[in-house]
Amino acid sequence: MAVTLTFAPFDPGGALNQFCAGRTETGAVATFTGLARAEAGDTDILELEHYPGFTEAAIAAIIAEASARFGLQDAAVVHRVGRITPGETIVFVATASRHRREAFEACDFLMDYLKSKAPFWKKSHGPDGTRWIEPRPQDHADLKRWGEDR
Amino acid sequence: MARVLLFGGLADLAGWRERALEAGDIEALRTLLTREDAALGEALIGPGVQVAVDQAIVRGEAALTAGSEVAFLPPMSGG
Repeated sequence: MAVTLTFAPFDPGGALNQFCAGRTETGAVATFTGLARAEAGDTDILELEHYPGFTEAAIAAIIAEASARFGLQDAAVVHRVGRITPGETIVFVATASRHRREAFEACDFLMDYLKSKAPFWKKSHGPDGTRWIEPRPQDHADLKRWGEDR
Repeated sequence: MARVLLFGGLADLAGWRERALEAGDIEALRTLLTREDAALGEALIGPGVQVAVDQAIVRGEAALTAGSEVAFLPPMSGG
């Protein structure tokens, strides 16, 4: 189980290869890769703030929960912080299990959590100034699919 | 003195991210901050704002000591 926060751009393909390396009992690896959108020119830069220590611990706790709930063998989250250019990867999630269903569902669960409950604060910098981005109603609805409202 | 941290829009609103302040509990800290900045005081009790003491979420009141770290966390958004 690994949580990595990085100020530098990273290659999601490299993260996937690293996650898959040396597995002989894993039948399924599911991944999600989130990219920063330009929003038709409204966003020049996305800035992600985190709370050092607290953010890593909160993500590790939800990985542990996903792991227990879905019977995962392993999971990894790589998340950008700092200033992000449209087109760059913001988040990479990988889950490993014996069979595919658990890996798919755990990956979905982890992303729903990260969108609205992980300790990040996201600011868009654009030609019209800056604005803080809060979770959309859809993000809260997505989280409720898992039968809880934390 | 407690170490007080603001995140996201709260820090922009206040014009600071970190200060050392003297307060015995969270309510006293909010009162102190509201007295010098009413808009910040209102934002600190706004919808979805959570408080963490020593990096653990606190619901309700909590005592603060000299070495406490208090963080005000507006609604979070990752991914």
